[in-house]
Amino acid sequence: MLMVLLALVSCRHDDEIFIPENVTMSKPELSDIKGFYLLNEGNMGSNKSTLDYYDYTTGVYTRNIYGNANPSVPKELGDVGNDIAVYGTKLYAVINCSNKIEVMDMATAKRVGQINIPNCRYIKFHDGYAYVTSYAGPVEINPDYEQKGYVAKVDTASFTVVDTCVVGFQPDELEIVDDRIYVANSGGYMVPNYENTLSVIDIATFKEVERVPIAINLQCVVGDEYGGLWVSTRGDYYEEESALFCYDVRKKRIETKLDVPVSSMWLDGDMLYVVSIAWSNITMSDEVTYAVIDVRTHEVLTRNFITDGTEKKIKKPYGVAVNPITKDIYVTDAKNYVNPGTLYCFGQDGALKWSVRTGDIPAHFAFIGK
Amino acid sequence: MLRRKLLCFVGVLMNILVPAQKVFAVEVEAIDTMLNLKEVSVVRSYKPYIEVIPAQKLDGEQLQRLNSFSVADAVRYFSGVQIKDYGGVGGIKTVDIRSMGTNHMGVFYDGIQLGNAQNGQIDLGKFSLDNIEEVSLYNGQKSDIFQPAKDFGAAGTIYLRTRTPKFENNKRTNVKVLFRTGSFGLVNPSILLEQKLSDNLSAAINAEYIDANGKYKFRYKKVFSDGTLAWDTTATRQNGDVYSLRVEGGLYGKMKGGKWNAKAYYYDSERGIPGAIVNNVWKTSQRQWDRNFFAQGSFQKRIGSRYELLLSAKYAIDKMRYLNPDTTLMYLDNKFTQQEVYVSAANKFKLLKDWELNLSVDYTWNTLDASLTNFVYPKRHSVLVALATAYKWRGWKAQASVLGTFVQDCSTATSGTGSVTKRIKSFDEFTPAVFVSYKPVETFPLNFRAFYKRIFRMPTFNDLYYTDIGNANLEPEYVNQYNLGLQYQSALDCGVLTGLSMRADAYYNYVTDKIISVPKGTGQYRWMMMNIGKVKIRGIDVNAQARFTFPYNIEVDANLSYTYQRAQDYTDPTDNEPGAGTYKGQISYIPWHNGSVVIHGTWKKVELNYSFIYVGERYHNSSNIRANYEQPWYTHDLSAGYSFNIGKVNMKISAEVNNLFNQYYDVIVNYPMPGRNYKAILKIEI
Repeated sequence: MLMVLLALVSCRHDDEIFIPENVTMSKPELSDIKGFYLLNEGNMGSNKSTLDYYDYTTGVYTRNIYGNANPSVPKELGDVGNDIAVYGTKLYAVINCSNKIEVMDMATAKRVGQINIPNCRYIKFHDGYAYVTSYAGPVEINPDYEQKGYVAKVDTASFTVVDTCVVGFQPDELEIVDDRIYVANSGGYMVPNYENTLSVIDIATFKEVERVPIAINLQCVVGDEYGGLWVSTRGDYYEEESALFCYDVRKKRIETKLDVPVSSMWLDGDMLYVVSIAWSNITMSDEVTYAVIDVRTHEVLTRNFITDGTEKKIKKPYGVAVNPITKDIYVTDAKNYVNPGTLYCFGQDGALKWSVRTGDIPAHFAFIGK
Repeated sequence: MLRRKLLCFVGVLMNILVPAQKVFAVEVEAIDTMLNLKEVSVVRSYKPYIEVIPAQKLDGEQLQRLNSFSVADAVRYFSGVQIKDYGGVGGIKTVDIRSMGTNHMGVFYDGIQLGNAQNGQIDLGKFSLDNIEEVSLYNGQKSDIFQPAKDFGAAGTIYLRTRTPKFENNKRTNVKVLFRTGSFGLVNPSILLEQKLSDNLSAAINAEYIDANGKYKFRYKKVFSDGTLAWDTTATRQNGDVYSLRVEGGLYGKMKGGKWNAKAYYYDSERGIPGAIVNNVWKTSQRQWDRNFFAQGSFQKRIGSRYELLLSAKYAIDKMRYLNPDTTLMYLDNKFTQQEVYVSAANKFKLLKDWELNLSVDYTWNTLDASLTNFVYPKRHSVLVALATAYKWRGWKAQASVLGTFVQDCSTATSGTGSVTKRIKSFDEFTPAVFVSYKPVETFPLNFRAFYKRIFRMPTFNDLYYTDIGNANLEPEYVNQYNLGLQYQSALDCGVLTGLSMRADAYYNYVTDKIISVPKGTGQYRWMMMNIGKVKIRGIDVNAQARFTFPYNIEVDANLSYTYQRAQDYTDPTDNEPGAGTYKGQISYIPWHNGSVVIHGTWKKVELNYSFIYVGERYHNSSNIRANYEQPWYTHDLSAGYSFNIGKVNMKISAEVNNLFNQYYDVIVNYPMPGRNYKAILKIEI
């Protein structure tokens, strides 16, 4: 029996670099969009933020490419990927709990640089600079001082932070409209004293010039081409519910409030795609929404863009994206945050085309090509 | 590669050295006393029943030899046990028995359960082996009906028994001084004083101080598939420092037909929380302060020839402060205070010569106070009633018990508008247990045993009421346990083999309504506790001990244990992608194979100890894919000791090398464990 045991037990061996896994999802689709990156957040402390890539030219989905593309980087991509974007020929991944922005070559995902910003959240670009929100503003020696967040201005040529602008508490998403940066302050660490404003930063002077009250605990912000800024609140999980506002930056007023809860949103042309799962501590349940809003008319076109019943399989809708050419809709399922997630691809008609296993907490998209 | 294979082989080879053929017979009833020859107390000898299923035990001398720093280190040598170890001197160490989860484990300190109503977890890293005389582990429950109702209320129990003063010859005072030092900047003195006050009363006081900077080197590396190095990084573990002071004292009394004891315990500590090692983050700055106090006592007496009474009582207050001063993260400075009052009465009646009945009633009051927004200040009243009976007939022994649990939780919910509502939630449940053993041949020390137990764990205060995470609608988490096993145990006179014990058990546990955290709503890291988990655990525990007596006073003891477990996640039948779905996947951090080998030799005043621990491959998620794979790990520890006298003073010096082959491993992903480390110990006994 002991010999059998000996045969069963295995010895330790060196950890090998992860070889990415390829899965063929579809026939090649040739358009100006070559593919997209999907950033998996990974649960906090797991160091399992991973990068997946879908290649339209081959129809192949590739899981977990970063380690193989960058075999000399210790501890790989990092802990909690929070945002991803393409600018020029580079891919920028904001890795929240690794306090860095990983800059990679857009085509190969090979590292070209790293920008250290503590507790960094979201990124946007304008005229050669990246603007990044961070929760971790300057610290003062004052026992009652509470730490505000800031926006960092990063030179995309040198990958260095050239300026910072202090905003509200725990700023999340940001949007740039008419040479102004609009920052959604959440105040998520200040419960129950949430923030309720957008910070407005003038790009030329890089100073906060205005605070615009919208609602508490702001999260997402995206601007349309009509001067409308679509801003979401997470609510306070009790009486205040998650909702969506349209603030007109030219008229400087809130035009619309929609009772559409928002976890994540994606603007494609005039269509604003919203997925959400809203928790209420009062009803002790989740409410799931897959909405489409026409940003021209401010009308909710549907509250469930999935038409074939696939929504019943999705446990925790988390991220959404739309291919600007084919209009295919991508929805991610983060499941229970620790199990691997799933990416669902829907046609424009809302019917499932394919689905694939991803990394943990699939969340953020960046399309390649135009 | 070959060398590493060889080392692994040598470790496991020790298994084969134990001959398993020749057996001799001895009265099995003596087992329990044979193992604990020194402590056959007056009360113990009254007991007509010994346990139906004996415990796995480590006692005084064995414990001292194991290179163990804390109780958690020692418990690793039991079969069926998994330790969650976050590494280092101050890292949290909790025990999971037979994959049912830490919260199903009851830990008893001198017969009274250590409570943690807040999170249900007992950090065994906090308990020193310094004054512990015996550690025993029971699956199901201690199969002795004469015990408080709480002892019936866990799926598995660990008993820590502190040293009862014993005085040789005419001594009235014992003094033991220990000093340990070594890696991690460890400075660890302790002193034990025992005083005989009268023939029936003695006192003991024990104080221990630990100071360590907790620093150690750790290393992570990866290679390409052809074996060439991709990256290799070595760093020093930071923020693992720990300071602690433990003082405890007790009075131990004897009387005709009974005994009593009373003790007080105080523990004060500050420690760094080293945190996960992730990309670009190599140190953390979270701190934790603990201050625990409890006073407890028990009184046991036989009254008349048919009745015996055991009274127990305890008051405990635990204060904890958690600080996250890291300005890149959410600043947190939370304080928690728990209190517990516990009283118990166990009444044993002897109905017939071989038939006993026990009725135990316990009452516990728990509170939790926390500096959290929207906190609900829970209070819990628990009444436990256990009715148990034991019967013996020829080679058969049987025990059956039923436990009634009556819990009432009160909490105050404050709504957003500031109005306060009081919420009361009650819970009643009855759960049974049956234990049977059979010895087919009176003269042959082979026993078969079986048990069934249904039990549950109450949701903890954190599960129910932690602001935002808690779910006040939670129900308890249930487990049904089935066990079949056999045991052979005998003293022998067979060449050099002078003692042999072997035990094997096969078991099946089914955990339902498992309380697991699931994410909720919008936003990151918002969790919710839900009763949705299901786990089926099938396992085998094997344990063997042998003693060899060689010429020239050489004695060798060998102990080996092995556990096989298949612990499958049955929570979500829809998550069933072949090879990747969580459905039927091995649950997180449970290896299929794990085991240990301990070999100890003495020659006159010299002793040597070798211990080996093996934990096989695991996954850190029940999706058993490569990205979730965790390597096996195994450590070899060596120690040597030499005893000598200076006048009437007994002294012993010993040295330890732990993790001899300097294996860098994680028990929990991203929490690196120490490589090779050293310790020197000086013991002085007067």
